[in-house]
Amino acid sequence: MNKQDIIICRCEDVSLADIHKALEMGYRDFESIKRILRVGMGPCQGQTCEHLIKNEIARFNKVNPETVKIHKTRPLISGVVLKDIAESQDE
Amino acid sequence: MIKRDLVIVGGGPAGLCAAKVALDAGMSVTLVERFNRLGGQLIKQTHKFFGSESQYAKTRGYDIAEILIKELDGYGDLEVLLEATCVGLYPDKVLTIYQDNHYFKYQGKSVIIATGASEKVLAFENNDLPGIYGAGAVQTLMNIYGIKPGSEVVMVGSGNIGLIVSYQLIQAGIKVKCLVEAASKIGGYLVHASKLKRLGVDILMNTTIKRAIGKEKLEKIVTVKLDENWQEIKNTETEIKTDALCISVGLSPLHQLMSMAGAKMLDVSELGGLVPKKTCDYETTIEHVYACGDVTGIEEASSAMVEGRIAGLMAAKHLGFKHPKAFELEETLNNQLCVLRQGPCGEKIRCGLKKAGEIND
Repeated sequence: MNKQDIIICRCEDVSLADIHKALEMGYRDFESIKRILRVGMGPCQGQTCEHLIKNEIARFNKVNPETVKIHKTRPLISGVVLKDIAESQDE
Repeated sequence: MIKRDLVIVGGGPAGLCAAKVALDAGMSVTLVERFNRLGGQLIKQTHKFFGSESQYAKTRGYDIAEILIKELDGYGDLEVLLEATCVGLYPDKVLTIYQDNHYFKYQGKSVIIATGASEKVLAFENNDLPGIYGAGAVQTLMNIYGIKPGSEVVMVGSGNIGLIVSYQLIQAGIKVKCLVEAASKIGGYLVHASKLKRLGVDILMNTTIKRAIGKEKLEKIVTVKLDENWQEIKNTETEIKTDALCISVGLSPLHQLMSMAGAKMLDVSELGGLVPKKTCDYETTIEHVYACGDVTGIEEASSAMVEGRIAGLMAAKHLGFKHPKAFELEETLNNQLCVLRQGPCGEKIRCGLKKAGEIND
């Protein structure tokens, strides 16, 4: 199995090999992996890779995937042009 | 900032039904929809629905969308925003909306989140090759845009979406080479699976996709057999030539708005992932913020419609708006939900709701 060719986060082009390497280096929760690999920071904000990464973390830590926390969801949920926010008349 | 009695995010079956009931109760309603038309997933569902008459059984999905949209005709207090994405939700019920390069704010006295779900993906070698799609995406391409996804297709997953989209591919003149399912049981209704069988589609059980092969785009896939512990069985790899692969392995609730607003979320695998903790009134842990439809747990459009009506009714009730038939409607709707979730097909959702603490038995 070539883990380099298994894409986990397609927004930021992160492979299964990258995830496993991060886990082995000691980054064992979603927030840490996000900070080092940028998973969940692209256009879909983690909606696509969330489940796959959760499962990998669970497998590595030998816990139930339901107990693995994902990253903190922050506004905005999709890309907004900064100029449009700056020009917004809204208070 | 524009203030409304109710802002609904998502114009699918749940959002449309919530709007109707809330309008009947006299609320001013804004309905925010990301796509260029209302109806959500219904508009690409060319098959006739199962279930009961009260949820439009025997009617095709896109016709149900038409019915629900028409029901909103003539309400002066309804505003519909199309191609508008709600990009933020805050605890004071302020919503930020992005439409046509304009960024603006709404505030609802109450808010209903009916954002639905997105497709889950699978991890296998070369899973980023062009020609690999989600089954829902294929249904959108075919039934909304009239575009063929390929000349032949392998489907992964035997849930109702996988089965129904396979059938619709055949209707569109595309060869479905086979359907692979990792479990030992068909996930969706047997009547759909039988239909495929009769048309000569091979259904390969205990099988999963191992690898995709192709230079510029998908050319071949490799499948592998699984044992009862979901481990690959050696020497069972099979190569299949195909230019399209359809992944239908479940949906995941679009939880982001509620997560960012700070609503308490629960992780329940049977419901598809992160769902908001809610009361039997469909209210989340943020007062006057409700959730209904697939975003509260993956089910069918039929239950999304009923949940939407309940959420609309409760949003109105908790702000003192009186629906003319509030009492009888509440009872009828709750009964309808129970009926929809009966039997072996409702087992997964019942199990999920039990885990979430929403039902007891």
